[in-house]
Amino acid sequence: MTGVKVIILSGRTLRQGVGKEAGKTSERYRTSISYCDMNQEDIASLSIKAGENVKVTSAHGSVVLKSAASNQLTKPGMIFIPYGLYANQLFNDITGSSGMPTFKGEPAVVESAADESVKTIEELIMEIK
Amino acid sequence: MEIFQDVVCPVCGCLCDDIEVNVENNKIVKARNACAMGTTKFLNYNADRISVPMIKDNGVQKPVSLEDSIGRASEVLVNAKYPLIYGLSLSSCESVKVALELTEEIGGVLDNQTSVCHGPGVQGLHDIGESTGSLGEIRHRADLIVVWGANLQEAHPRHMERYSYTSKGRFRNGKDDRKLIVIDVRNTLTAKSADKFVQIEQGKDFEFANALRTALNQEQIQKNQVAGVPVEEIEDLAEILRSCEFGVIFFGQGVTQTNGKGRNIDGLFSLTRDLNSWTKFLIMPARGHFNVTGVNQVSTWQTGFPYGIDFSQGYPWYNPGETTIIDIIRRGENDATLVIGSDPIAHFPPAISKRLTSNPIIAIDPAHSMTTMVADVIIPSSFAGIEYEGIAYRMDGVALPLKKLVNEPNNTKSDEVVLKMILEKVRDIKRRN
Repeated sequence: MTGVKVIILSGRTLRQGVGKEAGKTSERYRTSISYCDMNQEDIASLSIKAGENVKVTSAHGSVVLKSAASNQLTKPGMIFIPYGLYANQLFNDITGSSGMPTFKGEPAVVESAADESVKTIEELIMEIK
Repeated sequence: MEIFQDVVCPVCGCLCDDIEVNVENNKIVKARNACAMGTTKFLNYNADRISVPMIKDNGVQKPVSLEDSIGRASEVLVNAKYPLIYGLSLSSCESVKVALELTEEIGGVLDNQTSVCHGPGVQGLHDIGESTGSLGEIRHRADLIVVWGANLQEAHPRHMERYSYTSKGRFRNGKDDRKLIVIDVRNTLTAKSADKFVQIEQGKDFEFANALRTALNQEQIQKNQVAGVPVEEIEDLAEILRSCEFGVIFFGQGVTQTNGKGRNIDGLFSLTRDLNSWTKFLIMPARGHFNVTGVNQVSTWQTGFPYGIDFSQGYPWYNPGETTIIDIIRRGENDATLVIGSDPIAHFPPAISKRLTSNPIIAIDPAHSMTTMVADVIIPSSFAGIEYEGIAYRMDGVALPLKKLVNEPNNTKSDEVVLKMILEKVRDIKRRN
């Protein structure tokens, strides 16, 4: 299975903002941070339907997320993942003497991952520990 | 039922101070005027609560007394050679003051979320200087609002209605008297509500700001397009910026977290400076956590530095990229971390989170987070602006009083009190050593 090359943007969403206030162990929070917005063309190139799982892999990590079609991404080649534990599996720890990791603009590959499930927060934490 | 008026909302940097909160039997039952995030916090803050202090024993977090948790935290901090204290953006300014005293006492580093949100903005401010004002001034006078790399509609849901585009001020009556321009890489909800959306290529903020400066200074841009935007459109935009009466740029993490970082902000601040040769123009970061500005303010008036303050040499020292949390952890230098009301495990790159867990973590937090899941010592605290009062700074640097609306649960104290207890214990251990 070949994937599509993208750059990752992470950022705030209202759902994530509400989810974190509802509680970080809540399902509402988990679902608000474990998906990835994609351009419709990229979804079509993967021969998947929006809502199916995809695997995003960068040079720094890999994570399975639920895909979503978004008209906010007007061109192919860019995905958006809300701030949180899932997005942050993919970023570089180099800050270029700025103190700030590059949370927007990381290159990655997105593949179809229909057979893989989105990990729970506990499963991801077990990998970190 | 008790009704509290003019409550300051403890969620984002807007610090909306018009919330009406109804309390019945020590329980918040209604929060009027708040946005979705504010309402959720006021009504649900108690849902995910840490009820008892804990210490990890053989890999399992076990309940202990408050005294024992303070004791263990203090021992860890005293024994550490280079401890980090991180967080505080959801605490009162009074708590920040104590945290600074504690950091000095243990010879560690105090950093806050600025490091990974608007740190590059602060660096741009050091480099160029900032033409700024209050949100009230913007509401009354601004006729041009530029939002650059920020999604206000989702991250600061009431910003437009209270302070910017649609707000009704003394001399500007809502959106009829103002224009909104959004510069972004995504067609966000904020971009969709704009009079003009300028879509630029990702990672090209610096180039685009300087192309605008070139056009503004009536020099020729020697390319057909910059950042994917045709030169004619850049020249038109420069003309719109130049010809307003009172403009403002609000910038967000689209600019600060993108490659270029502080240099991007240099571009934006320089553009604002240039615009002031033509008209009145301000620039302001759209700050996220409700008191992240306050941590910078208190740290600066106490030490001279806004974040990433290193006390290991006995005096405060600041050098972003060296004394900031991500860099210190990446170099493997710190040997203990005290986290106050923050969730670095969820929000740092994976290599950093892994390394963070290889040394003791002490978490002071009212609620569960990914960081409390792995912490070695957990000390529950109360919620600033709900259970204890104090001062917070809005994104424009205006100080506002947080209110106490309900009593805190038994066994739970404010960050300020918990930090004072740790400071006292640390001094006690050091005296005995």
